[in-house]
Amino acid sequence: MSLTAIIFMIFALVVTWGGATLCITIAIKKKSK
Amino acid sequence: MGKRENWGTRMGFIFAAVGSAIGLGNIWRFPYLTYANGGGAFLIPYFVALLTAGIPIIILEMAIGHKYKSSPVVAFSRMSKHAEWMGWMQVFIAFIIGIYYAVIVAWALNFTLIATKLGWGTNTTSFFYNHFLHVSSGPLVLGGIVPNLAIFAIITWLLIWITLFSGIRKGIEFISKIFMPILFVGLIIILIRVVTLKGAGYGLEWLFNPHFDSIFEFKTWTAAYGQIFFSLSICYGIIIAYSSYLHDRSDIANNATMTAFINCGFSVLSAILIFSVLGYAATQQGVAIKDVAGSGIGLAFISIPMAINMMPAPKVIGTLFFLALFVAGFTSIISIVEVCCSTIIDKYKMNRRVAVSIFCFVGCCFTLVFTAKGGVHILDIVDHFINNFGIVFAGIIEIVFVSWFLKLDAIKEHINRRSDFTVGLLWTFCLKYLIPIFLGYMAIGNLVEELTTSYGNYAKQAIFYYGWAIVIVMILFSFSMQYISLKKQRAKINEVSK
Repeated sequence: MSLTAIIFMIFALVVTWGGATLCITIAIKKKSK
Repeated sequence: MGKRENWGTRMGFIFAAVGSAIGLGNIWRFPYLTYANGGGAFLIPYFVALLTAGIPIIILEMAIGHKYKSSPVVAFSRMSKHAEWMGWMQVFIAFIIGIYYAVIVAWALNFTLIATKLGWGTNTTSFFYNHFLHVSSGPLVLGGIVPNLAIFAIITWLLIWITLFSGIRKGIEFISKIFMPILFVGLIIILIRVVTLKGAGYGLEWLFNPHFDSIFEFKTWTAAYGQIFFSLSICYGIIIAYSSYLHDRSDIANNATMTAFINCGFSVLSAILIFSVLGYAATQQGVAIKDVAGSGIGLAFISIPMAINMMPAPKVIGTLFFLALFVAGFTSIISIVEVCCSTIIDKYKMNRRVAVSIFCFVGCCFTLVFTAKGGVHILDIVDHFINNFGIVFAGIIEIVFVSWFLKLDAIKEHINRRSDFTVGLLWTFCLKYLIPIFLGYMAIGNLVEELTTSYGNYAKQAIFYYGWAIVIVMILFSFSMQYISLKKQRAKINEVSK
């Protein structure tokens, strides 16, 4: 597996799960319902 | 009529919404689409589509459901008495998808049991078409009902009935809270196993190595917008129905964004899983990845079982894979059926238990058509038409009418008053201009392709009966229901004025 492919795989995981984690963090911080 | 039910917890709602969005398409459509449209480079248009179409639409639908506290038909009629037909169109689509989706979920359940003994043997193509489906020569040759398929379809409808009969908290929320962690943990276990297989890297190289030329092709962008559009369960009432059960003070924008990101994250994990398996299978057979890669039913029920046969501990991996497929499908089917049931409950003030019982019985009867020998052909045509014409047209109509002619500003204010973050000009721009342009282009492209080529080489008669006829019935049904509703309202007004 090439380095470029690895970078794009990490990019995909970071954007999606990073986005989800950010949303969850905001929800916890703001204590919203 | 009692008080409207609510979700017990925010987590329960998120699990249910994510469960509805994560379906079979995440597992069998996204991986191949990425591979076929530039590999890693496809992720760029895909994420742009997520940010400019997926998230704005899901926020809009969640707000509609939350603000008008009702399933799509009543929600749209509360926006404008002339907009009810949009809701009926979405309910019709949900009904059609529900009756054939149930049969695929039933196949997944059946395959979970078959996988425990690797009952598909070595020739998985022959097993699936000849021994499992007993497939007929074409969609016009219906053949008899296949008993095994019918039994599992009935079991699936029974499970749907039990879940929806139990209500929002004790049914949908309870099931989602159990099934979603199972799905996630199951996926991670299989993923850890398959990425360590010899050849997995070869598959992942094909999946993620970017071909940047494809970014400059318009078809890549329509594929990305199409995938986002189909995978988020938007524009056929699910998000509206689910969010109508949210508490008054519930957040909208963050919940919607969270759902969209988790859904896409699951798609990425599924793609890694599928291409690791395909890479392993290609290496074992000494063939190129293009010889084993595919999408849809063929990928899930033929290619994957074939690859599982070659793996260490195939029974465990096979059972876990099909269990995950069943769980992903089941959490989606309950949301699809809930759209229809909640419409009956809200529109006709019917008791949930009665509405669910009647609907599940009727739905099950219709599903049995797809368990006939010719059922898989019919399913293929119906699925093609309801996706490419039903959902796409319903989507354009909903977004154009709501953002241009109905109460978009009021909805925006409703979102911003209670959300963790606000929506602004960009959100309005995406809804008013960007999304209608992409969806409009997709719709015209679909129409031209349909009129110039024959889908799947099926007979024209079959395409008309199972394809165009359903689209025509959808339009007639939605406008007839609008007409009846307006007539009843006028009669009521006349009665009062007398």
